[in-house]
Amino acid sequence: MDIQTRDRLNKVIMYVILTIMAFIMLVPFAWMILTAVKTNQEAISVAPFYIFPQNGWHWENFAEVWKSYNFVVLYKNTLLMIFFRVVCACLTATMAGYAFGRLHFPGKNIMFSLVLIQMMIPSQIFIIPQYLMVSKLGWLNTTAGLVFPGIVTAFGTYLLKTGYEGLPMDLEEAAGLDGCNIGQKFLKIMMPLTRSSMVSLGIFTALFAFKDLMWPMIVCTNSATTTLSAGLAKMQGQYGSDYPTMMASAVLAVIPMIVIYVIFQKQFVEGIATSGGKL
Amino acid sequence: MKKQKMTARAREEAIWGWAFILPTMLGLIILNFYPVFNTIYQSFCKTGDFGKGNIFVGPANYAAVLRAPETWQSLLNTIKYAIIEVPFGVVIALVLAVFLNQKLKGTSIYRTIFFLPMVCAPAAVAMVWKWLYNQQFGLFNNILHANIAWISDPRIAWISIGIIGVWSVIGYNMVLFISGLQEIPGDYYEAASIDGATGINQFFNITVPLLSPTTFFIVQTRLIGALTVFDLMFMVMDKTNVALEKVQSIVYVFYTYAFTNGNKGYGATIVIVLVIFIMIVTFIMQRAEKTLVYHN
Repeated sequence: MDIQTRDRLNKVIMYVILTIMAFIMLVPFAWMILTAVKTNQEAISVAPFYIFPQNGWHWENFAEVWKSYNFVVLYKNTLLMIFFRVVCACLTATMAGYAFGRLHFPGKNIMFSLVLIQMMIPSQIFIIPQYLMVSKLGWLNTTAGLVFPGIVTAFGTYLLKTGYEGLPMDLEEAAGLDGCNIGQKFLKIMMPLTRSSMVSLGIFTALFAFKDLMWPMIVCTNSATTTLSAGLAKMQGQYGSDYPTMMASAVLAVIPMIVIYVIFQKQFVEGIATSGGKL
Repeated sequence: MKKQKMTARAREEAIWGWAFILPTMLGLIILNFYPVFNTIYQSFCKTGDFGKGNIFVGPANYAAVLRAPETWQSLLNTIKYAIIEVPFGVVIALVLAVFLNQKLKGTSIYRTIFFLPMVCAPAAVAMVWKWLYNQQFGLFNNILHANIAWISDPRIAWISIGIIGVWSVIGYNMVLFISGLQEIPGDYYEAASIDGATGINQFFNITVPLLSPTTFFIVQTRLIGALTVFDLMFMVMDKTNVALEKVQSIVYVFYTYAFTNGNKGYGATIVIVLVIFIMIVTFIMQRAEKTLVYHN
């Protein structure tokens, strides 16, 4: 066999494996959508078993689920939680990251080692006291309660510190000569240059908050105040055997992030690759 | 010379530095460091009736947790889950990453598809898989003309949950592998081709050793992720499921005691056991790093 045939054969094998894997990855998504547009009788029919809906695709199932399970509220709660967590995380992390990466001050190393230690502790150990604090503050069933554990981020601080360290030294020196103080240098010169790290952190924070299940289940037990993830868990407990309804809810819960992902794919993939955070 | 007084400039810098780290440090102390000690304290307490106050009970919770067969079973369940999720998730992702790193057409579409589960809420993902696994109406049994109790037979339920885990993390591992692969200089492969090394030879002699730092990082983060798994078990396994006992992870047991039953002291103790377990695993991983990872 000459090299050209061998290369072509290799390519064919790779495509076949990739396509089979892609098919496997898509089956749950396809089945979710196909069930969502069936009637319940079609969904639970076994003899015959239907892959596709038989009496038209019932897209109106989505509208019904949207209304009857108050998805507007779930979307709003999730969005608010993500918004405040991203803003708080980016703000506190960029400041601390700059100080740790570029400034010299006594106690810096000890403080930074605290940041590193936090990253190594499994987060489950924080949950009971965090819950008790939120409960004492009267923040159960509020956005503040949802945002609470995500106000600061050790991981983000580390990420931004690395970002600031990567910037060239002379930038700041030039600005220092022009009579800028440290705050002005930070705001006008340094912060804008770490945009890609900030985007990584923002995406990471948003994804983490969106996917989290335990915290919203604990602090927001009321379905009018909870997030999409916890809302789904509640729905499954109550209406678990109405399969088209369940699948339509699942589609509604995953669609926004999928749309955002498809649009900002490059940033997502780069963000995950550079941050390498634990999701 | 060391005791030299700070210059005005150095003092200014110190003030700015502390001002900038203050919000983060305060947050970490209140939200993370205080809770660590508080959890340890609570593990020696019993939650009073009606959730009021803590009664110091000494090591009673530890005795109860360590004596409960449930603790050891859930720890074993968690390890079994990790044994499926981590190796399969890593090996499949590595193969896909190597393929996608070749100059093939359409790689971005494949990459998008593989990464898709990563942007979905596990709650939704688990719901869909639960429906796929449904014994009577589910897709799998009806396509296979089988009657397998995927998630209620204790002998296979842990594998079924593991499969969901693998499906969920492949894309994430793959993205990390691709970025690791792109850092391997192309010259290595060119030289190997000239020497007549085949693709598979190159994979084992160049890719695997040079990629080992990335692989180690992925294995370590995924291992810790797998040992703290909760969402999949919680969403897929009903409270009435007969296989629950043989599948529930240790974090699931923690959740049940601390938040469903309201026994915070017992829950805190389980967390401490989990943290000690993870520390041991991390320590072993760090020791293994020196022998497993290829250093230039």
